Amino acid sequence: MATASSTSPLPVPPRLRRGSPPRGLVLAAVGTAALTLLPLVFVVIEARTISWGAAVDLLIRPRVASLLTNTLTLLVAVTLLCMVLGVAAAWCVERTSLPGRRIWTMLLVLPLGVPEFVNSFSWVSLDATRFQGFRGALLVTTLSYYPFIYLPAAAALRGSDPALEEAARSLGLGPWRTFWRVTLPQLRVAILGGGLIIALHLLAEYGAFATLRFPTFATEIFAEYQLGFDGASAALLSLVVVVLSVVFLAGELGLIGRTRYARIGSGAARARRPLDLGRATPVAVAGVGLLVALALGVPVATLVYWLIHGGSTTLPSASILGAAGTTFALSAAAALLTALIALPVAVLAVRHRSRVSMLLERSAYLARALPGIVIALALISFSIRLVHPLYQTQTLLVVAYAILFLPLALVAIRGTLVQVPPRLEEVARTLGLRPLGAFRRVTLPLIAPGLGAAAALVFLSAATELTATLLLRPTGSETLATQFWNYQTSLAFGAAAPYAALMVGICAPATYFLIRRLDTLAT
Amino acid sequence: MNPRHRRRIPAAAVVLAGVLAAAVLAAVLAGCGGSSSSTGGAGAGSITVYSGQHQQTATTLTNDFRARTGISVNLRSSDEAALANQILHEGGESPADVFYAENPPALTVLSHQGLLAPTDPTTLAKVPTRYDSPRRDWVGVSARSAVLVYNTGKVTTAALPASLTDLAGPAWKGRIGFAPTETDFQPLIAALVKLRGQAAAKSWLDGLKSNGKVYDDNETLVAAVNRGDVAAGLIDHYYWYRLRDEVGAAKVRSALHYFAPADPGALVDVSGAAVLKSSHHAAAAQRFLAYLVSPPAQEIIARSESYEYPLGSGVTTAKPLRPFSELRPPAVGIDDLGDGRASLMLLQQVGLI
Repeated sequence: MATASSTSPLPVPPRLRRGSPPRGLVLAAVGTAALTLLPLVFVVIEARTISWGAAVDLLIRPRVASLLTNTLTLLVAVTLLCMVLGVAAAWCVERTSLPGRRIWTMLLVLPLGVPEFVNSFSWVSLDATRFQGFRGALLVTTLSYYPFIYLPAAAALRGSDPALEEAARSLGLGPWRTFWRVTLPQLRVAILGGGLIIALHLLAEYGAFATLRFPTFATEIFAEYQLGFDGASAALLSLVVVVLSVVFLAGELGLIGRTRYARIGSGAARARRPLDLGRATPVAVAGVGLLVALALGVPVATLVYWLIHGGSTTLPSASILGAAGTTFALSAAAALLTALIALPVAVLAVRHRSRVSMLLERSAYLARALPGIVIALALISFSIRLVHPLYQTQTLLVVAYAILFLPLALVAIRGTLVQVPPRLEEVARTLGLRPLGAFRRVTLPLIAPGLGAAAALVFLSAATELTATLLLRPTGSETLATQFWNYQTSLAFGAAAPYAALMVGICAPATYFLIRRLDTLAT
Repeated sequence: MNPRHRRRIPAAAVVLAGVLAAAVLAAVLAGCGGSSSSTGGAGAGSITVYSGQHQQTATTLTNDFRARTGISVNLRSSDEAALANQILHEGGESPADVFYAENPPALTVLSHQGLLAPTDPTTLAKVPTRYDSPRRDWVGVSARSAVLVYNTGKVTTAALPASLTDLAGPAWKGRIGFAPTETDFQPLIAALVKLRGQAAAKSWLDGLKSNGKVYDDNETLVAAVNRGDVAAGLIDHYYWYRLRDEVGAAKVRSALHYFAPADPGALVDVSGAAVLKSSHHAAAAQRFLAYLVSPPAQEIIARSESYEYPLGSGVTTAKPLRPFSELRPPAVGIDDLGDGRASLMLLQQVGLI
């Protein structure tokens, strides 16, 4: 700490600006990228065993065309709808006189703790004919994923400087045009990052689409394993998913551009005057209320119904506490590990932007688009041969979660990192701190909320993960999600319900943390 | 930068969070160290069973086995296809000693890959030969019958089909549900191929596709029929009994219909178990297979909520099912059911998956 400054006689350290990034940072980022590329290597190895003729037969057929249409249509529709709903809800809560702001924030974020398979199961049991196919998939995934836009949008709205909008208004722009030309551009990183996360989730999601009977590439890949025990065909179809995700990753990068978002000082330290809704208050309350009722109310009501009416409902055994404990420990470890390995990748991409660093960052997202079963089988194949003692241990499961949920952490960390001016670090360097010291004493405290948000998001996702958990968990150990699945597949809905309820329960603290993080942004 | 309080709070929180997180990580690592040593140091007194079977029944069986033999069982319950894929990717390193499947194709694919060890002849002798592996590397443990479940308000008994193939006809337009991605559905396709030929099977699937509603799994399908979302569905008999337990007999609006004797739709399918060639506890694993077909285990199956038919040691079901001896399955052997590839190809050609 203090010794660093005394050992450095020169006021300006060499390679202060625009130099090559520290070697340790590059090594750490390469390590993370290598880990996340493992499933991709696996897919390529598996796909190579298929002959050209068989590959053409598998890929060039009407079914694949309809899968492509399904997947892309849903992707565009859900992502856009989530953007509209997420931004609208965030704007209502953050910028207007909507009563009960804190409660709404909590309720709007909590759907992150409801697994997609529980959500889809609830809607299907409500009305199986109406909520299925494209309509059902659109509804359920939008309600599951809009918080990925809402959260960063709310954070950006709360953290932004009111003076910008006031200046626009004073220069003659009306409220709508101010929103379009000043407010919305400030949400750009939040919206694009959230949109990317949603797109990748949609490519990989299996359980919800299976329940809703909406075939996508993920359900097709699953069927190849399920019916044909055919890893090669599944891998070939997975490559199509990889190609799709590369397009989205490049697209998001292009749309974000090189705009700078950092500024020194946080602007006016006075409170923003919220837009008075006046007579529109009931409309806004009804709108936000409806979103919460659909996203949170329906799954919770279904669980309560099954708890009361299910024939198999019994007092859950003591094992439910064990499952809850296992879920909590695994998710917490995954949250920590993921934030840790995401950090070097994000720092390298934001602070040392180059073709190589961007490639490393983008590659860390790739695995997320693969269905969980592919990632799990990849880890099975590699770990059982290369690190046998780790096979079927909780450690390996935590690593799988880290690969799966790295993009969540990356987006959250990147979002706060771009808001920290590099000049602050440079000042610290000129004052004699080494790069690591400057990072630790200046940057780290400033991005701590982003790291916390990253960890909380990973926690929520890991606590509700099913596919990879089923394949990778230690034999005999159960999480809340696997227990729910065990009962649900034997039609014992009443016995399954407490596990899902507890899943939402242990997600509440992480949700609360995400909201507290919003509060630290308030001026 | 203006020195405001809120900058200090996160920094302190980060330290706290870091300590907490490190503690959790340490606990997890310690925990998994413990669990891996308990499986690693298992010795001959313990075996690992991968089970795609009804979990509650499997748990009862393994507990009873331990009480009788002192051999404890690490039970890994999951979907049978997921487990078969897992074993395929684990190869010779698999920690599993026994694979207890739900349908023959999952076992056949492992058998073709040379991953199964021969089953003790005394174990095989406890079960009628036609329900065992033709290569004698797995033993049949329990059975179930394919059936049509129909909503009693939507289908009259006079309109019930005699044959599986009737369901592709115009009378069933928009009225039949099925789950083509279920591992329980492939054996029906395989039976049709065996009895009526490839072309007939394909045109049946075409007809079913244009007539029917696709469901993800039989659990969803049987519930949908009971609610009346679809008039009828192709399932195995036990799904209906399990649903009846869950919703209560008063809310049952559906019934089972058995296809005509020797019809492809009257197929009787087998759940079997095998010892893996890579098992380091082969003797204990063979004892588990012998136990599964012994009278005590078969009695457990006969009384369990899984509603399957016991196959071994002459035990008959204690549940109010149609007696096993009265089922009239078609002449379709285990090998005719294949390893799933042929059925998958047909489903792909028709465009159902």
